[in-house]
Amino acid sequence: MDCVVTGGNVKVLAKAIHSLSRIGDELYVEPQEDGLALRSVNSSRSAYACFLFAPLFFSRYTIPIGLAFRCKMAIKSVQAVFRSIATLEKTVEKCHIELDEQKNLLTFTLHCKHGLVKTHNLSFQDSESLQAVFDKDSYSNVFRSHPRLLVDTVVHFPPSLEEVTVSVSDDRMWVKNHVEDETDRSKAMLTELCLASDEFDHFSVQVQNSVTFCLKELRGLLVFAESTGLPISMYFDEPGSPVVLSVTDSVLEGNFVLATLSDDSNLRKNNTKRACTPPPPPDDFMNDDMDSYLIAMDTSVMPGPSASRPPSPPLTNSTSLKQTAAAKHRTRLPSEEEEEEEEEAVNSSGPPNKKFCSLFFGSVLPPSSQMTTQPLTGQEVLASDSEDDVQ
Amino acid sequence: MKFRGKIIDVACLNHFTRVITTISKLTKMCVLRLTPLNLFFVLSGKVANGGVSMWCELSQENFFDEFQMEGVSPEDNEICLEVTPENLSRALKTVQNARAVKLKLTSKHCPCLTIAAELPTLSSASRLVTHDVPVEVIPRRLWHEFKEPGMPDFDVSIYLPPLKTMKNVIDRMKNLSNFLVVEANLSGQMNLKIDTDLVSVSTHFKDLGNPPWGAEGSQQGGPSPSRDPDAMARTRVDIRKLQQFLVGQQVNPSKAMCNIVHERVVHLILLHEDVSLQYFIPAVA
Repeated sequence: MDCVVTGGNVKVLAKAIHSLSRIGDELYVEPQEDGLALRSVNSSRSAYACFLFAPLFFSRYTIPIGLAFRCKMAIKSVQAVFRSIATLEKTVEKCHIELDEQKNLLTFTLHCKHGLVKTHNLSFQDSESLQAVFDKDSYSNVFRSHPRLLVDTVVHFPPSLEEVTVSVSDDRMWVKNHVEDETDRSKAMLTELCLASDEFDHFSVQVQNSVTFCLKELRGLLVFAESTGLPISMYFDEPGSPVVLSVTDSVLEGNFVLATLSDDSNLRKNNTKRACTPPPPPDDFMNDDMDSYLIAMDTSVMPGPSASRPPSPPLTNSTSLKQTAAAKHRTRLPSEEEEEEEEEAVNSSGPPNKKFCSLFFGSVLPPSSQMTTQPLTGQEVLASDSEDDVQ
Repeated sequence: MKFRGKIIDVACLNHFTRVITTISKLTKMCVLRLTPLNLFFVLSGKVANGGVSMWCELSQENFFDEFQMEGVSPEDNEICLEVTPENLSRALKTVQNARAVKLKLTSKHCPCLTIAAELPTLSSASRLVTHDVPVEVIPRRLWHEFKEPGMPDFDVSIYLPPLKTMKNVIDRMKNLSNFLVVEANLSGQMNLKIDTDLVSVSTHFKDLGNPPWGAEGSQQGGPSPSRDPDAMARTRVDIRKLQQFLVGQQVNPSKAMCNIVHERVVHLILLHEDVSLQYFIPAVA
């Protein structure tokens, strides 16, 4: 492989690597005929990101014909090459990425102003191909907006917050912080943001539902999208199936696939509640009635939190609803996951860090021709992978 | 029990946010007392918070364009809530560019102080954000713990030097010692001292001026007229408490004063138009 990136594209490449570093510890590099693919996955395999830079992105892009090559390396070392984006922008004129097959080194050469040349030789490991299985076009809910909208949305949530819940109706989207259990709920600050559909460039909802996913990876993509100014598209379906966030340009494509919480009773309760009592229209803001904010309470006794909660009957309702939803999900599974049954088994053997499903993963084994050139067998690859999970 | 307030003016919102951020730097939890005219943030000097107490008083009409409240009863027309000022500060910081911000007491999953803001957008519809900050409603039988602390019967009262200067001095002293002696007299001199086995450092300020507590001061105590103007009153305090006060403050006070009760307490007062912040640091042996 031998490719050259020039001018402003160096910064784009650098930003992509920085946003991949929010996902996992390793960078998977795969030069393909349709461009250079950079990928990363987190240790619990609940988040995956891929950037594909088309040959036109480069001023030179050559890959050896007929020989598939792929490798992985510590993303930190690649990040070090592009450490300071600000100085990179000012000084670097050209970035040359070359694979030295004799020495097994991937070489990044930065040609800077005043004839300064910085060379980084990075060693790498052979790897299996990393490929998440998802089909954006089959998703029922699709949104597209300028990254600014999402940046302005996530700014309301504290950096320590792990997950957000996104709910949609025909003309609105709500984003709120996700709090795990009931005891936390009484202490945690709850933040909810309501966005109208006309703030989006594209807003199409077929199924009104909610999904909960990690904020950290979304923030990672925002870093990239904001600097390039590319609109972000968001695709999601039902809880449990991954949400896809993507940016597309004529010369590059980035996809972030994030697992969503599948079994969340709170969420479902909220959903049922929302279904019967639609949220108040936004225009009541200025002239709402103070009486609705009454706290009914006896001054001598502290009010129990249960006083304000709806009565219990909905609970039985919600569990049955949960069951049907789960059943529905199960019936969906085979059709979606046919071709990756064995990978499924691998994933489930690893310790899942969260309740997230990491079911969207297919780690495709190298083709048999590749196997002969590599000392690794399929088994070993899988073993090293599950070690990653343990870390 | 009802409360609702609305802030429209950006400067008011900004000022209110700074006051609350200052308080959030001083304490994790405090009590918010709402009365028809004022808001009070109160920290009573319990052992759990190191004996430090705080009293911050805001006049509601200087901040709020609308302010409606109904206390627990007509005779006790007040609301007392335990809040986490950091949550309020964080919520307010993200809505600085809002068209309007509402603060209201709501009953959601638990009693909450809800901060609702209408944010500007490019489209016709507005963007709404709500932050529900959980609060605990304090029953009336505990209210007596959150009354305004009386002016201590101080020996010396003095204006503070510029707070930034003081902060720079104390930041350095903190590396050397955990305790600091604050001493001052009635002829405008103040010293900040640390004393350890290895080193003694003292910083002297002069011509600071002593506030005239005068006639009204005399009935509250105040320095006795017979006191020798050059006699120092001193108190040894936990240096972190004083540093916290200087680091966190974002009020830019028009007046900053310090009252010292000899070997008992340091009482700091910041005044800024409509806001007053009092902070009591007890002496350590």
